[in-house]
Amino acid sequence: METTLISLPRTLSQDTRFRDLVVEAAGETIFSCYQCYKCSAGCPVAFAMDLLPHQVIRSVLLLQKEKVLSSRTIWICASCETCTTRCPNEIDIAKVMDVLRQIQIESGTEAKEPKIPIFHKSFLNTIKRYGRIHELSLLANFLRKSGGIGDNFKTGEWKNDVRLGMKMFLRGKLKLLPSSVKGKEELGKLFDQAKGHKKL
Amino acid sequence: MKASFFPGCSLEGTAREYGESIDAISRFLGIKLEELPGWTCCGASAAHCTNEFLSVSLPAKNLLLAEKLNQDLVTPCAACFSRLKNAEKVLIKESQQTDAVPLFRGEINIFHLLEFFSREDLVEVMKAQVKRPLSQLKVVSYYGCLIVRPPQITDAKNWEDPQALDDFISLMGGEAIFWPYKTECCGGSLLLTNLDIVRQLIGRILDMAREAEADCIVTACPLCQANLDTRQEEIGKAKGVTYNLPVFYFTELLGLAFGLKGTQKWFRRHLVDPRPILKTKKLI
Repeated sequence: METTLISLPRTLSQDTRFRDLVVEAAGETIFSCYQCYKCSAGCPVAFAMDLLPHQVIRSVLLLQKEKVLSSRTIWICASCETCTTRCPNEIDIAKVMDVLRQIQIESGTEAKEPKIPIFHKSFLNTIKRYGRIHELSLLANFLRKSGGIGDNFKTGEWKNDVRLGMKMFLRGKLKLLPSSVKGKEELGKLFDQAKGHKKL
Repeated sequence: MKASFFPGCSLEGTAREYGESIDAISRFLGIKLEELPGWTCCGASAAHCTNEFLSVSLPAKNLLLAEKLNQDLVTPCAACFSRLKNAEKVLIKESQQTDAVPLFRGEINIFHLLEFFSREDLVEVMKAQVKRPLSQLKVVSYYGCLIVRPPQITDAKNWEDPQALDDFISLMGGEAIFWPYKTECCGGSLLLTNLDIVRQLIGRILDMAREAEADCIVTACPLCQANLDTRQEEIGKAKGVTYNLPVFYFTELLGLAFGLKGTQKWFRRHLVDPRPILKTKKLI
């Protein structure tokens, strides 16, 4: 019993801001997590995670910021929404993952799966530039920013990519030029506003 | 019947045959799907993973355009549908918390194409139009994630065992096979960033479809279709199996069952060629 008494005030004295940010975005239901494991049992990418979804929730409650933000889990979560759908306590676990990713990016440290946030950035930049996703522009931007071309040569993955690319091209599935879309100025404004909406 | 149409970015590229078949089916049925003028990308995973403001404002921009036209909005993509519905819920909630005139009144409905086509009156019309029943074609229906999950956002009624695609298969005279992977994730959001994980997720789905002895898979999402279709050969090679499972959009099969011209043009765009199995079953 004594250890509980000692650890409780220590927890309370810690900076709770990290947990507050998660609660603010994903709701107070996270406090009702009773570690039933249902989220982790149904998670399709659990096999590749270093922290299972129910452990992420517990770690957030215990203010283990570094542990959560440096995890592979927050990036490889595929946003399939199975956990959110099945949680008996209505915890929006997928939303918790979103908030954690946003906090991780703003923290300025390197993500455990660095390619994934780079991809998201390339994706948003493509929207900002063209208004819609032009698949080839996105791919080119992402490969350049992530050093993916060099990696693919090392692993031999480039042969697969070239083969697949040729097949898609021959089947008319590669749109060569981006569409021009009206109202891009309005989009620019949204992207400017977005800069003012930081978590930290 | 009229509605605004939000095609989503894939329909201009990798999902061209989805767009072409939707166009053909809706013309045939006399449904006017009018492309939303000036639509822009919904932001997809990139926005909701990295910026909460953009995750709502990018789809919201399109909702405002649609509401001005005072017509329901239909989208054929699961990811677009999910982001548009999420923005709808956020905007409605916000408007309830303030007395100011809301930007979005919530007076139009947002449908995924599958749900839109599943309206009872339309289904009756379609039933009467089946000229070439897909007899003996064994099909597993693949819904993926975001058409149904989470139900708080999608308003889906049957999210663990959805039926809309299965009902269409039966309507077309095909055999809808029960299988447990209707709503398993194919890893679409990781397609370009973590191929190892994606290959495992797709491999499991293809294995299960094989075990269910399906001839083909039917989908209602451009990302699911692309993911399951394009990677079959390499996954099969690594595992030493040949899947050869064509992955159809449900609108392509409808076109086939209605006896529309031009279906072969759609099928030629697939990486796993569906024509051999359709020939075997004497459907083309």
